[in-house]
Amino acid sequence: MYRIVSAIFLAENIKKIEIEAPRIAKKRKAGQFVIVRINQNGERIPLTIADSNPETGTITIIAQGAGKSTRELNRKEAGDSIADVVGPLGTPSHIENFGTAVSIGGGVGTAIAYPTAAALKEAGNYVITINGARSKDLVILEEEMKAVSDEAYITTDDGSYGFHGFVTQKLQELIDSGKKINFVLAIGPIPMMRAVAEVTRPHGIKTVVSLNPIMIDGTGMCGGCRVTVGGEVKFGCIDGPEFDAHQVDFKNLADRNRIYQHEEKEADDTFAHQCNLTGQA
Amino acid sequence: MDARTITAKERMAIPRQEMPAQDPQVRIGNFNEVNLGLTPEQAQQEALRCIQCKDPVCIAGCPVSIKIDQFIKLIAEGDFMGAVRKIKEDNVLPSICGRVCPQEDQCEKVCVIGKKHKPVAIGNLERFVGDYERMSGQKIDPVIPAPTGKKVAVVGSGPAGLSCANDLAQYGHKVVVFEALHELGGVLMYGIPEFRLPKEIVREELEGLRRMGIEFRTDVVVGRTITVDELMEEEGFDAVFIGVGAGLPWFMGIPGENLVGVLAANEFLTRVNLMKAYDFPKSSDTPVFDCKGKNVAVFGGGNTAMDAVRTAKRLGAEHAYIVYRRSEKEMPAREEEIHNALQEGVEFLLLTIPLEFIGDEKAWLTGVKCQKMELGEPDDSGRRRPVAVPGSEYVLPIDMAIISIGNGSNPLIRQTTPDIEVSKKETIVVDVNTMQTSKENVYAGGDIVTGGATVILAMGAGRTAAAAINEKLAGTAKNFNEW
Ligand SMILES: Cc1cc2nc3c(=O)[nH]c(=O)nc-3n(C[C@H](O)[C@H](O)[C@H](O)COP(=O)(O)OP(=O)(O)OC[C@H]3O[C@@H](n4cnc5c(N)ncnc54)[C@H](O)[C@@H]3O)c2cc1C
Ligand SMILES: Cc1cc2nc3c(=O)[nH]c(=O)nc-3n(C[C@H](O)[C@H](O)[C@H](O)COP(=O)(O)OP(=O)(O)OC[C@H]3O[C@@H](n4cnc5c(N)ncnc54)[C@H](O)[C@@H]3O)c2cc1C
Ligand code: SF4
Ligand code: SF4
Ligand code: FES
Repeated sequence: MYRIVSAIFLAENIKKIEIEAPRIAKKRKAGQFVIVRINQNGERIPLTIADSNPETGTITIIAQGAGKSTRELNRKEAGDSIADVVGPLGTPSHIENFGTAVSIGGGVGTAIAYPTAAALKEAGNYVITINGARSKDLVILEEEMKAVSDEAYITTDDGSYGFHGFVTQKLQELIDSGKKINFVLAIGPIPMMRAVAEVTRPHGIKTVVSLNPIMIDGTGMCGGCRVTVGGEVKFGCIDGPEFDAHQVDFKNLADRNRIYQHEEKEADDTFAHQCNLTGQA
Repeated sequence: MDARTITAKERMAIPRQEMPAQDPQVRIGNFNEVNLGLTPEQAQQEALRCIQCKDPVCIAGCPVSIKIDQFIKLIAEGDFMGAVRKIKEDNVLPSICGRVCPQEDQCEKVCVIGKKHKPVAIGNLERFVGDYERMSGQKIDPVIPAPTGKKVAVVGSGPAGLSCANDLAQYGHKVVVFEALHELGGVLMYGIPEFRLPKEIVREELEGLRRMGIEFRTDVVVGRTITVDELMEEEGFDAVFIGVGAGLPWFMGIPGENLVGVLAANEFLTRVNLMKAYDFPKSSDTPVFDCKGKNVAVFGGGNTAMDAVRTAKRLGAEHAYIVYRRSEKEMPAREEEIHNALQEGVEFLLLTIPLEFIGDEKAWLTGVKCQKMELGEPDDSGRRRPVAVPGSEYVLPIDMAIISIGNGSNPLIRQTTPDIEVSKKETIVVDVNTMQTSKENVYAGGDIVTGGATVILAMGAGRTAAAAINEKLAGTAKNFNEW
């Protein structure tokens, strides 16, 4: 069992959870993730390691309630435990001093992009961050991002905070202003990552995305996480999760992620129903 | 009939004892074990069929050289516990091997009785005594000698790792097993289904190992959570045994393979066995493709393919197909599983290859374009090579495709421990007498060395390695004393 040290909501439905996992805390690098199983009946869900503290032996994850498992996770409080945490998994982000690096996060993708943005800063890049949310109350990690950025932008779809529009519009604006951009990291919903790839493609800007295929083991054993990159089959959990955005077949990823849509909804509805009955939702 | 007074003629008149099994129509509606086990009377009858050869060739057919004649003699005499002890001198998991060994290609293949009659049912007898011990409640734990002060790390908890750990503990070494998944047992747990190998048996064997003082750490991916070098340098392990199996499923590389509904057998079986998806959404949160009333095709002809197709049948598939490019004779699966699959209504499309998967506008699988094959000249493996029949293409409507054409080896260890030599096929290279790798004090065995093979070979490799590790550590211990 892995003990939760702290658990706080960053926004509605998005929770930051610090877990005791000393071996993982010691080893993890930016871009890596863990697989978490909440209880004996739980499914194995991948979550990026947003931060870690080797001294206290803890790692931090930031999870958005997307379905049954993540919602159940987000009901955990400090002092509770979860059954399994395994990692760090995945190939760490490739970090170097590219020059000017733009880190783009959409929704909970901001949490996934944060550690890599911090590592890019550490490596000497001029770091620009663009973090998008649907509206003001869904903006997360604003202060943290500012701390690792030379320029930090927030965009909201409804204009309730920061730039009114999508992250891609802000990125386009930066490119149009003549800024020399050497590297872009984009993490968020599939349509967002795909749109970023299309913005940078004509300019030949090296762009990396972090993919979120469905996973089970996270060690290369099941083949469930396979994605098509440059026409080849790659395993998200060992070859990725980060890949060259201009090579990724986003449609295939979006299609494949829908395989258990029906079942996931069933599980989530049953869970919501149970919560209503017990008045704990 | 008495073992001492039975005549040769009487012996030969005893028919091979058929193991009682669940009725096919009943068993496709559940996940319970198909075979029900021999009764003690049946076991003794079967044991009497063995003529106790002076030169028991059956032993040479067994990869771990179980003293087959001797354990069978003890069964014939009614000394079942004695028979267990005899087997355990060479094989620590008789309940498991008796169930999953491809006996017809090993010990039973060479049994002399098999020349004129059906061979002695060595596997079924082994299973019987293994179960007898478990169910008798008289399980005898081995005596563990005084600690040697040496510590060995075993990476992977499949049959190779478990048998290695068992022997190392019996030599008196401290053993810690590191497993990537949340459950122990490797393929025995996540691959081979409950209806062929009840998980309770594996769990009980694991309990026995725990009682011997072996420590188990799940959720540790060696190469990621900790490296082989760190195990030795930072955690003080004197030696490491790598038994990580053959992970990494192969795909066929044909068009449409990434459509929704095409998956690897490992994924399908892991969802069902390890994650208990057959109980979704009740007591498991992991879903599996809903097979009810659907057409499911499994591509391949090995044990994994049979397990997958029979699982699909149990999950309610209307048609469950095996699509295999050669004929039934060439199938690598155990004979019994092929037989069971046919009994359960699995449809075999032999001498058939898939050319392309076809999907609808939402990218969901709807069918597979197949082509018929003919058997041509034998290839390197001695099996007749299939050749395509022109103009024989047709589309088979299916909703799910399960690819079961084998596994490559997982890259995590070799990427993070570059001084372990690997072959062109990326399996770990070892000295077969000791299972030592190119790296000092690091040993390996099982599927990671051989490529996908068998449970008994993996166990044999684990034991060979344990003996070599013991010798090596004793050697270093001596040097230490001389100091
Ligand atoms: C490498 C990686 C890192 C991730 N990091 C984060 C993170 O830091 N924070 C965060 O909130 N989310 C993250 N995710 C997504 C997260 O894993 C899914 O939201 C979660 O698994 C959904 O499970 P659920 O039961 O709550 O929802 P469900 O209702 O089961 O599914 C909702 C959606 O999530 C996806 N999904 C479902 N099961 C899985 C699975 N086993 N593996 C991957 N995706 C799945 C599907 O596309 C599905 O449509 C990451 C995913 C990957 C692959
Ligand atoms: C579906 C199926 C059916 C089969 N049926 C039969 C049969 O009927 N008869 C038969 O004889 N053989 C059968 N086999 C083959 C047999 O199961 C294997 O040959 C045998 O299990 C190999 O044992 P192993 O110990 O080498 O590896 P495995 O059983 O594969 O175990 C390896 C273990 O190591 C773990 N691991 C992997 N990487 C790491 C890492 N980096 N760190 C920590 N742990 C790690 C894995 O999670 C796994 O638990 C079958 C195989 C499958 C897949
Ligand atoms: S372990 Fe396998 S090969 Fe050896 S005797 Fe038993 S069934 Fe036969
Ligand atoms: S070869 Fe057959 S008959 Fe002879 S000892 Fe072995 S099992 Fe018995
Ligand atoms: S999650 Fe199973 S292979 Fe990647």
